Amino acid sequence: MSDEKKRVTLKVLGATLGASAFAYAMAPLRHFTRDLTLDHFLQSHYRETTQAELAAIMKRLETETEHQYGAKVAIRDLKPQPGVQLGYALNLSLCIGCRKCAEACHVENNHDRDTNNSYIRVLEMESGSFDLERGDATYTHAVPAPGKYYLPVQCQQCDNAPCVTVCPVQATWKEADGIVVVDYNWCIGCRYCEAACPYHARRFNWTKPHVPAAEINPDQGYLSNRLRPQGVVEKCTFCLHRTREGRNPACLEACPTGARVFGNLLDPESDIRRVLATKRIFVLKEELGTRPRFFYFFDV
Amino acid sequence: MVVVTLSPRPGGSIAGALLVSTIAIRCAKPEISPSAEPAVAPSASASTGNASSIHVPERLLGLPTGRIDARGEPVSVACVTCHSLRRPAALPEKMTDLDEFHQGLSFRHGSLACGSCHVVGDQDSLHQADGTIIPLRDAIALCAQCHGSQYRDYQRRSHGGTNGHWDARQGPSVRNHCLDCHDAHTPKFLPSMPVLPPRDRGTVASQHPAAEAHAGHAGHAP
Repeated sequence: MSDEKKRVTLKVLGATLGASAFAYAMAPLRHFTRDLTLDHFLQSHYRETTQAELAAIMKRLETETEHQYGAKVAIRDLKPQPGVQLGYALNLSLCIGCRKCAEACHVENNHDRDTNNSYIRVLEMESGSFDLERGDATYTHAVPAPGKYYLPVQCQQCDNAPCVTVCPVQATWKEADGIVVVDYNWCIGCRYCEAACPYHARRFNWTKPHVPAAEINPDQGYLSNRLRPQGVVEKCTFCLHRTREGRNPACLEACPTGARVFGNLLDPESDIRRVLATKRIFVLKEELGTRPRFFYFFDV
Repeated sequence: MVVVTLSPRPGGSIAGALLVSTIAIRCAKPEISPSAEPAVAPSASASTGNASSIHVPERLLGLPTGRIDARGEPVSVACVTCHSLRRPAALPEKMTDLDEFHQGLSFRHGSLACGSCHVVGDQDSLHQADGTIIPLRDAIALCAQCHGSQYRDYQRRSHGGTNGHWDARQGPSVRNHCLDCHDAHTPKFLPSMPVLPPRDRGTVASQHPAAEAHAGHAGHAP
């Protein structure tokens, strides 16, 4: 074979190899478009949709959920109540580390069953220490263990939230009543917010969440617990589909010791205001200037 | 009605103040009221009538028999049903003195005796430290006598489970009774098994030391 023909052969072989390697590498992207319809693609940001458009979007999402999961759900859009700023407090002297709050969150918010996901992580900390990096979220022994205390951590709904600042597409923002929310249909899944959050409050959907139809919570909110697609970030929303109607968040209802206190920070008669006035409350990582809405206290 | 006269003499005004304060203290009611009204007043929000009610555990209303009546309701009997059959023995000093009924009862509640709370001869009542008789369902008043800080937090809904609404304007809420969680005879909880932790990337990798060793090499999050 002449040199010219050898070079051509090698080039063709190389190009074929390169093209097939490229096709193989791009193959997973084909799966992303399986759930992507034209309506989905052209959908506006939540804050730019009209009520009518939003109603149509929620109807479409309900239909999609029925097709994909086999469950009939009702997605609502609840607006923030005027004169309400939501706050949450947690009594660390009462928390026994049972993780029932995490379990209630898992059920209420339709989390992926395979990873036993939850917005709440309960850290087991050494008594007398406040080193959050040494908190253990994976304990499985009987609780409360001697010499430890338990620190449940979830989204702190910061007034100066780093996750809101870093989002390149403004898919996450702070609502009028203080809850930081995500428009799952606008999120591009870059996970900058997950990196920015100092409290590890953000969860990314690496896979499509798997929830059996019988276990799906049908009372859903557009910004909170509707079934999220693969590739978006989500976080605790203080159960806004419940709390914007005055109901307790699921974690508070499940707590057997009553360690959790929730309410309107603007109402001086509320339980949370009385806790803030009479207990020595503190916040996590105060030095970062995030100004959380989640307050912790001990009974002493 | 006492009229306090302003007297130029210091002794007179001190005597007057003493008289008024003595009468004031004698007239002051104890904070925990007797059984005429609920021992623990449900707290209501200033702006609405949706009160936070207190759940009463069934065993305070009678002893469950495990049977159901014609309407499907569980049948429970009042303590006096058995205690009227014969003259009861005196209240025991120790739990081991119970050799015929109420066996299996364990007691670990400080240095209290049976008679600290139970009324001799009336099994459906309890008595407070000052002797006031209260019905069994108002047992919270007894807990509040010694555990005042927990009771204060309980009234503010920051101790003990709550169900319902955080906003009293929009719906009711129900609080647990002390005895919904604490056994009055052995109130301290023993350790229990927690719900299992999440199995996502952040936690699974940390449980496998081998994966951590490879973390730097493959660039996975530890």
